[in-house]
Amino acid sequence: MNIAIGPGSASVVSGPFDALFLALLLLSGAIVLLVAGLIVVFSIRFRRNSQVERYRVPHLLSREVEIGWTAGVAFLALFFFWWAASYEIGLVAPPPDALEIHVEAKQWMWKTEHPNGAREIDALHVPVNEPVALYLNSQDVIHSFYVPAFRLKQDAVPGRTAVAWFEADKTGTYPLRCAEYCGTSHARMLGEVTVMEPDAYARWSEAQPEADNLATEGSGYFTAFGCSGCHSPASKVHAPKLAGVYGRPFELEDGRTVTADQAYVRDSILQPKRDVVAGYRPIMPDDFAATLTPGQVTALTAYIRSLGPDEARMEPAP
Amino acid sequence: MTDATAEPTPAYLRAGRSVGSWLLTTDHKRVAILYFASITVFFLIGGAAATLMRLELATPAADVVTAEGYNKLFTLHGVIMVWFFLVPAIPATLGNFILPLQIGARDVAFPKLNLLSWYLNLTGGLLAGAALTFGGVDTGWTFYTPYSSLYSNSYVTLAAAGVFVAGFGTIATGLNFIVTIHTLRAPGMHWMRLPLFVWSIYATAIMMVLATPALAIALLMVVAERTFDMGLFDPERGGDPILFQHGFWFYSHPAVYIMILPGMGVVTEVITCFARRRVFGYTAMVLALMAISIFGFFVWGHHMFVSGQSAFASLLFSLLSFVIAVPSAIKVFNWSATLYGGHVTFEAPMLYALGFVGLYTLGGLSGLFVASVPIDVHVHDTYFVVAHFHYIMVGGMVSAFFAGMHFWWPKITGRLYPEGISKIAALLMFMGFNLTFFPQFILGYAGMPRRYQVYPDAFAFWNALSSAGALVLAAAYLLPMGYLGWSLVWGARAPADPWRATGLEWRTSSPPPPDNFAKQPTVEREAYAYHERDEAPDHRDSGAHRPQSREVPDGRG
Repeated sequence: MNIAIGPGSASVVSGPFDALFLALLLLSGAIVLLVAGLIVVFSIRFRRNSQVERYRVPHLLSREVEIGWTAGVAFLALFFFWWAASYEIGLVAPPPDALEIHVEAKQWMWKTEHPNGAREIDALHVPVNEPVALYLNSQDVIHSFYVPAFRLKQDAVPGRTAVAWFEADKTGTYPLRCAEYCGTSHARMLGEVTVMEPDAYARWSEAQPEADNLATEGSGYFTAFGCSGCHSPASKVHAPKLAGVYGRPFELEDGRTVTADQAYVRDSILQPKRDVVAGYRPIMPDDFAATLTPGQVTALTAYIRSLGPDEARMEPAP
Repeated sequence: MTDATAEPTPAYLRAGRSVGSWLLTTDHKRVAILYFASITVFFLIGGAAATLMRLELATPAADVVTAEGYNKLFTLHGVIMVWFFLVPAIPATLGNFILPLQIGARDVAFPKLNLLSWYLNLTGGLLAGAALTFGGVDTGWTFYTPYSSLYSNSYVTLAAAGVFVAGFGTIATGLNFIVTIHTLRAPGMHWMRLPLFVWSIYATAIMMVLATPALAIALLMVVAERTFDMGLFDPERGGDPILFQHGFWFYSHPAVYIMILPGMGVVTEVITCFARRRVFGYTAMVLALMAISIFGFFVWGHHMFVSGQSAFASLLFSLLSFVIAVPSAIKVFNWSATLYGGHVTFEAPMLYALGFVGLYTLGGLSGLFVASVPIDVHVHDTYFVVAHFHYIMVGGMVSAFFAGMHFWWPKITGRLYPEGISKIAALLMFMGFNLTFFPQFILGYAGMPRRYQVYPDAFAFWNALSSAGALVLAAAYLLPMGYLGWSLVWGARAPADPWRATGLEWRTSSPPPPDNFAKQPTVEREAYAYHERDEAPDHRDSGAHRPQSREVPDGRG
């Protein structure tokens, strides 16, 4: 019978995670000992038949004790919040040079796709010591991409693209599990993440069968579904030209400002009438939600991202 | 058996013997007994489901039920235990019975509404039970969309309707208690003289009234989507699956406190009584209860750190979750300090109550781990979280429920139970609980997600240990049913105040007459005046007026 004692440790956040975890463990141990100690000592010392003198606790003193431990606990709570929060803030956005991996979750498998188009099922190969950004989508229900050895978990929610990232610092093979309950075979929605030396990863990557990468695939859909009819630079229709759009802020008709990120681009394809950029009219057909598959939306989004940002500026025509 | 103290009126138990006299009663004590009967049945059903789950998890492979069957088991366990056992457990049984007695009232403010609450709870339970009989529900007690709205082929609508209906019972109970506490307190029962059990029910009732509607709306939306195909949670039609999580947790986080605050009240009554000591820091205890019930509404987002909510929201919810740990810690320290200078004895209620303090402390401390965003990212949806909330709800709430049952059993039934075996049961529950759930902390830290029917071999040892613990725990739950049942027929008659306690409920006979008190009691002193200056520590509190010591700031209310 095997005895797991920990999740293993294979990413750059394992160190700070373990430090915080250990500190909380020590704090918990100290408080448990304190409470248990107080209860045991008081219970024995002041048991009914003991003859020990009972002093009354003066009201003033008891108030000081009360204020003292309230302040102590409040300080500890804020201190640990500060520690956890400052460590978390550093992890929010993936580094710009991260290797970009697309993950499609569906009942009950993980499909991953590399920048060069290589695809895997229930597996992911990544190079060691290189940040890897995951763009997660789900085709059906909510799943959660969980690699315990990386201390990494991110829900894949249908209808939105979640971004998470990690940097593995040790080669090896690590289990990938689905953490969000997703139906009958939830416990069997498993995979493996293989961390390789960079040259081994390069060899592995080259050995994969040729496939279009997502952006190339998306540019095909861009023509096939008629997007280019309005959005291509040559078009006479008053529709935004998409080069350089990705990642830039835009003002909407109602005065709000949005950034054309993954979620906005995706929403603009599926619900084009919702957040219209100032200076445009809502003339785009809104039936793409019915005609495009989730995979095609992901590919189109990747294509639009591949167009920018660059020096091009999109000024609304008067 | 001859009764030395002849009662002027027969006890509420003998006020009528027909089935109708029970099913149509408006006596708060009889309604409490009705609740007690129904939640006991629900507890046995939920417990049986848990036992089957632990049996399945004793080995890594699937060997007891199918994957489908396992998913239905944990859904059944969660739905039944949360809404039909834990939420009503203390408020609707002990609260219904003891609260009017403790404030010196003859009944709750709305006796008919009180009975209606029970029928709503029972109807909800029967609907949920019907969903189970027809083939089960496989969404988990959390009903997450879009799985529950678009994908599950099980009886989601029926189960959600059951929880929806039961919710109205909860709201009615909460409303009833709020009005009762405001309007029916005995002369002299100032707010700051209220026993902390009453305060805890008050704080709970506020949350019941304000939080339950959010759950009702969230579930109604799931039912609407399933029945009328409305697309509220369907992203392809502009819906948002995450919307459900906000509604659900806006209820379900306060619900955790709905489940634990009454337990805190019970434990305060028990510890003061068996330590023969006034509670340490009464005002702080009241403020802590109210702070928890208010802050409890603003931490729901800590269930969604990995759902994709903004990092700013996550940090804000993390901060508030750390803040709410402060009043919880104050309560633990105050219970410990209450023992100081007392004359402590260790009857069964006290053993359960001390067990509560220990288990609640562990559960609360593990809450600090999951309040930290980076740690929660790792342990969210793993057995760490399962262990965390079972320490609060089972280690905490169920221990407190048993403490209260053992404490007030003589008052409720008029009988005494055997002492030795009741102490053994209390110790057995403490040990069985830790054996069952402590290994789950380790499993979660090591990366075992919850709701897994099969798991890697590496997790086998801790799971086997946990399953063994579940057997001990099951025995510890069945034992009291045996000897408490025995005492109903063969137990010795209980005097009015077997524990020499101070609450008003002990000033009437055991069991009380239908109108509770022969004459309206009045209150001249603080709660928990167990041990005063110039007084023999074990002096029987007759309730007569005595000069107040300077230590007691009187008239604080």
